[in-house]
Amino acid sequence: MPLLDVRDLTVEFPTRRGTLRALDGVSLALEPGEVLGVVGESGAGKSLTGTAIIGLLAPPGRIAGGQILLDGTRIDTLPEEAMRRLRGRRIGAIFQDPLTTLNPLLPIGRQLTETIRTHLSLSAAEARERAVHWLDEVGIPAASRRIDAYPHEFSGGQRQRVVIALALCAEPQVVIADEPTTALDVSVQAQIITLLKRLTREHGTAVMLITHDMGVIAETADRVAVMYAGRIAELGPVAEVVRQPAHPYTKGLMGSIPSLEHRVARLAQIDGAMPRLDAIPRGCAFHPRCPLAFDRCRTERPEMMPAGPTVAACWRTAAQPAQAMRAADA
Amino acid sequence: MIVFIFYRLLQAIPVLLVVGLVAFAMFTYVGDPVAAMLGQDYTEARRIALVHKLGLDRPFYEQFAHYIWAALHGNFGFSYRLAEPVSSLFAQRLPATLELSFTATVFAVVLGVPMGVYAGIWRKSWVSRAFMLISLIGVSLPTFLIGVLLILVFSVQLGWLPSFGRGHVTQLGWWSTGFLTWSGIKALILPAITLGLFELTLIMRLVRAEMLEVLRTDYIKFARARGLRARSIHFSHALRNTLVPVITIIGLQLGGVIAYSLVTETVFQWPGMGLLFIQSVAVADIPVMSAYLLLVGVVFVVINLVVDLLYYAVDPRLRIDRKRHDG
Ligand SMILES: Nc1ncnc2c1ncn2[C@@H]1O[C@H](COP(=O)(O)OP(=O)(O)OP(=O)(O)O)[C@@H](O)[C@H]1O
Ligand SMILES: [Mg+2]
Repeated sequence: MPLLDVRDLTVEFPTRRGTLRALDGVSLALEPGEVLGVVGESGAGKSLTGTAIIGLLAPPGRIAGGQILLDGTRIDTLPEEAMRRLRGRRIGAIFQDPLTTLNPLLPIGRQLTETIRTHLSLSAAEARERAVHWLDEVGIPAASRRIDAYPHEFSGGQRQRVVIALALCAEPQVVIADEPTTALDVSVQAQIITLLKRLTREHGTAVMLITHDMGVIAETADRVAVMYAGRIAELGPVAEVVRQPAHPYTKGLMGSIPSLEHRVARLAQIDGAMPRLDAIPRGCAFHPRCPLAFDRCRTERPEMMPAGPTVAACWRTAAQPAQAMRAADA
Repeated sequence: MIVFIFYRLLQAIPVLLVVGLVAFAMFTYVGDPVAAMLGQDYTEARRIALVHKLGLDRPFYEQFAHYIWAALHGNFGFSYRLAEPVSSLFAQRLPATLELSFTATVFAVVLGVPMGVYAGIWRKSWVSRAFMLISLIGVSLPTFLIGVLLILVFSVQLGWLPSFGRGHVTQLGWWSTGFLTWSGIKALILPAITLGLFELTLIMRLVRAEMLEVLRTDYIKFARARGLRARSIHFSHALRNTLVPVITIIGLQLGGVIAYSLVTETVFQWPGMGLLFIQSVAVADIPVMSAYLLLVGVVFVVINLVVDLLYYAVDPRLRIDRKRHDG
C-alpha cells in the first residue's frame, strides 16, 4: 500500500465567469521513503497538487473530486482540527522562498520549539534541546547559540536550512517540497538539495519534490510525474522518463537537461504556451503544440496508459510507442 | 538602548525649539500685554517702565532665551483672564485631560484590536460586516453629535450616567483623579466613549486591513503547513506582524486625542485642558494659549519617542546596534 495515494484529484475555482478546473483527475502515489519529482511548465498545477494534499487550498478553491489517502485513510474529508494535527506531524511542507517563509519577528528557536511542542508532548527544555539538535542536523554552525537569532540574521541558504528543520522537526512521513531551491543562489542550491536528500533518507521520509529543474530531478528523484495543464502527462521511474520519454511533452522538456551547476533557462523548449485554464482545448490539452497530433488527439482525451517502462496520457505513444518516437525524432 | 533614547531626545530638541519659537512669538507679539496691564490712563514714563520690567525692550534672542528658560522652570506667565500662574492652571486641568485621553485610548485599543482581528480573520461573517458598518458610522458622525446623542440616551432618557463634569475627584498630591470614586468613573464613561470612538474605528479598520495582508503572507502559510494552532497563528504570528503600523496610529491618535479633546470637553463641560483652551481663546488669553501650544509640542515629542521605543521592542530588524552574528 502506498504511503500517500492521490486518486483522481480534481480542484476547481469557482469564478464569476464560470468554474475553472485547475487540476483535473490527478493520480499519483508515494511509497515510503521514496522521492517523487513533479515537473511541468509554470501554471501546470504542481503547487496546487501539493497545497491540496496538505489541505490548505485557499477558498474559493476546493477539491471537487477524487480522494487523498495517507496510509490508507482518507484525509481530504477530515475535519479541519484533525487535518491541522496531521500537518507538520505526518505531512510536512517546504516552500520556495526562505526569505518570506520565516516569521521575521520571532526567533527561529521559538518557531522550532512551537512546532515541536504543538505535535509532541515535550517540556520546553526538551523541545529546545531538540530544536538545537535539528539546527545542528541541517548544518547551522553554533546551533545552541544561534537558536535565539532572528531570521534576518541568517543568509538565504541558512534560512532554507532552518525551513527544512522546521518542516522535519516533528518527523513527518511525507514532505512536500515546492521548489525548495528556486529562490536561492545557484551556489547553494546543490547543498540544499543534498541536505534534503540526506535528511529524508536518514529519517525514511518520502518526498514530493516539485521543481522546474530537470537536473535536480535526474539526480534526486526515484520517479517523476510530468504535469501539463492540470493533468499528469507522464509518470515513471526517473531514468526511463529521462532516457526514453513516452509523451511528446516530456520529450520536449528533456530537450536540454540543465545540470545543477549550469542552470540556464526554465524548461520551455517547446513552441507555444500552455493554455489558460479557461481555454483548455478539447481532446488532449497538448495537441495544439504537439508535433505528432492526429485526429483522435483533437477529439478524445487520453487517459494514463502504459507506454513502455512509463505510463503516459498519449494516444500516439500508447498505441505504438516505438514508431511514434521514431517519428518524433525525424 | 540608552544611546538610542539619548539620540532620539537629541533629535527632539530642534523640534521643541521651533514649537517654542512659535509659542514665544505668539506670547510676545500677539495682543498687547502692556496696554492690557496699564489700563486706560497711564503716563509715558509708566509705560516705558513697564516695558522695561517685562523685558520687552531687550533684543529678540534674549527675550526668547528668557522665555525658554522660564518655561523650563515651569513658568509660563500669568493668565490674563484668571490672574493665576498658567502653570498652576495647567496642574489643575492636566489630570482631567490625561485621564480622559487615557481612558478613551484604552477603550479604543481594548475593543478595536480584537474587533479588527476578528473582522480580518472571518472577513465575510455577519459580525464582521456589522463591525464594518458600525465603524463607518463611527468615522462619519461628528464627535459633538455622538456626544450629544449619548447624553440624550444615557443621561436624559435613561438617567444612568452624568452628562457633565468629572464627578467626585480625589486629590493625590497635585493630581486630582476620578478613577477612585464610583461617581468619578461614571462621569468618565460617556466622554471617553465619545472621544475614543473615532480612534476605535480607525484602529479596527487598520488592524483588519493589516491582518488581511499578513494572513496572505508566506510565513503564515508555512505556519499553517506546520499544523500550528489557529490561535497561535492569528495572535502570536499574524497580529504581531500588524503591530508596527498599529502602534504608529495609536500613538498619533493619542497625541491627537490629548491635543484636540476640545470638542468632547466642551460638550461634557469636562474641566480639562481643551476646555481651558477654548475659554482662553474666547478672551485672547495669550499666555495660556502659547503655553498650551508648547505643551502639545512636548506631548507629541514624548509620544513619538514612546512609539519608536515600541517599534524597537516589536521588530528585531530595527535593533541595528545589536551585535551581529556572522552569516
Ligand atoms: N486562487 C486561484 N484562483 C484561480 N486560479 C488559480 C488560483 N490559484 C491557482 N490557480 C491556477 O491554478 C493553476 C495551477 O497553479 P500552480 O500554482 O499549481 O502552478 P505551478 O505548476 O505550481 O506553477 P509554477 O511553476 O509557476 O509554480 C494556474 O493556472 C493558476 O492560475
Ligand atoms: Mg508553483
